[in-house]
Amino acid sequence: MPKITFIEFDGTAHEVDVPAGGSVMEAAVNNSVPGIDADCGGACACATCHVFVGEQWLDKVGSRSDMEQSMLDFAENVRDNSRLSCQIPLTEELDGLVVNMPEAQH
Amino acid sequence: MSYGATSESVDVVAETSKEAWRDPWSLPLESLDPAQAILFKENVHEEYFRRLRQEDPVHYTPESEFGAYWSITKYNDIVAIDSNHKVFSSHENIVVGDVDPNFKTPMFIAQDPPIHDVQRRAAQPAVAPTQLADLEALIRERVSKILDELPVGEEFNWVDRVSIELTTQMLATLFDFPFEDRHLLPYWSDVATASPSTGRSDITFEERNVVLQECLAYFAKLWQERKGQPRKFDFISLLAHDKETENMLDNPMEFLGNLILLIVGGNDTTRNSMTGGVLQLSRNPDQWEKLKANPELVSNMVSEIIRYQTPLGHMRRTALEDIEFQGKQIKKGDRVVMWYISGNRDDEVIEDADAFKIDRANARRHVSFGFGIHRCMGNRVAEMQLRILWEEALKRFDKIEVVGEPERVLSNFVLGYTHLPVVLHAKQA
Repeated sequence: MPKITFIEFDGTAHEVDVPAGGSVMEAAVNNSVPGIDADCGGACACATCHVFVGEQWLDKVGSRSDMEQSMLDFAENVRDNSRLSCQIPLTEELDGLVVNMPEAQH
Repeated sequence: MSYGATSESVDVVAETSKEAWRDPWSLPLESLDPAQAILFKENVHEEYFRRLRQEDPVHYTPESEFGAYWSITKYNDIVAIDSNHKVFSSHENIVVGDVDPNFKTPMFIAQDPPIHDVQRRAAQPAVAPTQLADLEALIRERVSKILDELPVGEEFNWVDRVSIELTTQMLATLFDFPFEDRHLLPYWSDVATASPSTGRSDITFEERNVVLQECLAYFAKLWQERKGQPRKFDFISLLAHDKETENMLDNPMEFLGNLILLIVGGNDTTRNSMTGGVLQLSRNPDQWEKLKANPELVSNMVSEIIRYQTPLGHMRRTALEDIEFQGKQIKKGDRVVMWYISGNRDDEVIEDADAFKIDRANARRHVSFGFGIHRCMGNRVAEMQLRILWEEALKRFDKIEVVGEPERVLSNFVLGYTHLPVVLHAKQA
C-alpha cells in the first residue's frame, strides 16, 4: 500500500496509507485530508485539487496532459511542479510521495 | 391589473376542482410528472421532489409531454450519474425534451468526449482567473454605476434594472460584443431557452429558429472580423484561433449551438441568482442582518444563493446501455433527468436543506454547477459577479425591500424570474 503525505499550507502533515488504484486526489478525499476540494469529482473540470509535487517525485508522477494544462490556468500560484491530483494515478511506485497544498483551491 | 372579488372566487373554484397538480401528495405516486413547466412557474415543484426523494428517488414517468423519462432526485445519485459519462451520454440532448430534429445545433455541453473536450478547452481561457482578475475592476465599476442610478424609495423591477442589465454587460464583455447592441444577447438567450423542449408552449420551433438564424448571422460577421485580427481573450476570437475549432463556421449549426451555450450559460443563470438572492434575503431578514454585521460572509453567501436558487433546474442524459441503478432497470435510450433543484434540497447530504443560511458550512457543496466533465465552466465568473454585486449593495442600501410576489419563468430548465418588485432603502450616512 503506497503511503502518501499531504502537507497543508500551514505545514500540517497528513499521512495516508491507501491501496494502489484511483488517484492521488481520491486518496486525500477518501481520508478526509483537508485542503483538496475536488469540486468536479475527478473529471479534470474544476482545478480545485491543485498540489505541488515534491521535486524528487516529478519524474515518477509524470507530466500534465493538455486538458490538465488548460485547467491549471484556472488555479492560482501555479508553479513548475503544480499538478491536479485527480490526474495522478496512484501506483505502487508512488509509495512515499509527498505533495504540498496551496493556501486555497478557490 | 386589478384583483376583484369575483375573479378571486373563480380562482378558488378552479383550484379545488381542476388543479390537483398543485398538491403532489394527493396524486398516485406512479403518475407524478415533475417536468411540467407550470410547477416551476407556480413554485409548487418543491413538494413533488420532497415526495420523490422520500418515496421513489429514482422515479419513472411513463408518459409526459416530453415522452417517458427517469427522475434522479437525490444528491449522491445525481453525482453518480453526472460522473458516469460513459453510460449516461450528453450527446444531442441535455434537457428533458428532445431537440427539434429539423434544427439540430450541436454544442459542446451536448457532446461526449472527445469533441466535448477540445471545444470546451478552446473556449475556456475567456473565463480563466487570469482574465477574471483583469475584469474585476471593470465589473465593480459597472455594478456601482447600475446601483447608483437606481431610484431610492420607489418601486421598480429588480430583474430588468439590475439582474438583466448586469449579466448582459458581462456577457457583452466576454464576447467583446458591440456594447450598443448588447440587448440582443438576453433576447437571443430567452428565445433559445424558450422552446417546447423545456415546456414553453407559447413559441413554436419555427418562430424560434427564425430568431436564432439572425443570431447566427450577426455572430458570423464578428467571427470573420476576429479571424482577421490577432487572437484575444473573447469567446469568438478564442474559437476562431484555436486549431480544433478554427473551422467551426463551416458548420454554421455547430457554431450557433456553441453560441447558444455560451450566451445562455452566461446569462440566464447568474441573472436569476442575482434576483433569487434579493428574494431570499428579504424572506430571511435575520440573514440580511447577519450579512450587514458580517460583510465578510459575502463569498459564502454567494454559494448559498446559488444552491438555493439552482438557476438550472435539471440536466438530462441518455442511457447508452441497459443498466441497473438503485434497483431500477434503466434501458438503453432512456431519458435520465438529474434534478439539481432536488439534489440541492436533499437533507441526507445538506443539513437543514430547506433553510437559507448565509454562513452555512460547506456551502460550496451543491450541485448547481453540475458534476464531472460538464461541470459549469463559468462558475468563477458567476461567483465573482454575485460577490461584487453584494459587496457594492451593502455599501449603499440599508434594505432591499421586496414589495410584491415574484413572477417566475415558465420552464423546467431555467428556474428564474421575470419580475421582482422592490423598494430600496438608502443606508444612513
